Amino acid sequence: MSSIKLRTKVKGDLVEVKSLIKHPMETGLRKDKKTKEKIPAHFIQEVIVEANGKQVLSADWNTSISKNPYLSFSYKGKAGDKVKLTWTDNKGETDSAEVEVK
Amino acid sequence: MKRRAFIKGTLATGIATGAAIIAPNALAKWSKETFESKGLEDTMKAMGAEAAEVSTDIKIKAPEIAENGSVVPITVTSDIAGTESISILVSNNSTPLTATYHLGEGVVPAVKSRVKMGKSSDVIAVVKAGDKVYKNHVAVKVTKGGCGG
Repeated sequence: MSSIKLRTKVKGDLVEVKSLIKHPMETGLRKDKKTKEKIPAHFIQEVIVEANGKQVLSADWNTSISKNPYLSFSYKGKAGDKVKLTWTDNKGETDSAEVEVK
Repeated sequence: MKRRAFIKGTLATGIATGAAIIAPNALAKWSKETFESKGLEDTMKAMGAEAAEVSTDIKIKAPEIAENGSVVPITVTSDIAGTESISILVSNNSTPLTATYHLGEGVVPAVKSRVKMGKSSDVIAVVKAGDKVYKNHVAVKVTKGGCGG
């Protein structure tokens, strides 16, 4: 199961990209209620969105982005574009998803 | 048995090589200094935005009152020509910078995301366009903080 939900929609000469990523986005400040130990930070640091292999948006994120992050934006594009989203977190884990704009 | 070992092996190498290729690149760009800066003043300085001009061409859409500080939807739109990046800061969070969005060619300068807010605070948007830096802010009241701890 991919961690990424990626949706695109054509609006005139723009393509709207909406994405929901499944990720805990731990701040490193929270404590485990039972053990009283701090839960280590675990968060997405970088998100890159490409359209037809060309980077359209890159995002640098901090721990203060909400759990299961949501991102949306629009770029000048058309149906048939291939939109790819890749994220990388502070542990070096990564995932990506690609959709064709309809 | 063999098949299982094979799958395990490929998975492990796949993850290892993937991390090796992507991680150094990502970490080089992600600025530890700015993201871990404490307090608004230091963060703005680390971003090179201490002299940012207030601009009403930056529109911030945020709830006036956020019941749940762990999920506060923020939309920032910039009408400034040549907008290159949009950053979103929460002044009262221990590390105020939440995100910086670098916009490529043909991207509409508007981003929507959801941030955590520890308590009532100003939400500040910083826009870089050419060699100029602009900012604007709105106040958001938080009923229940969302940073844990």
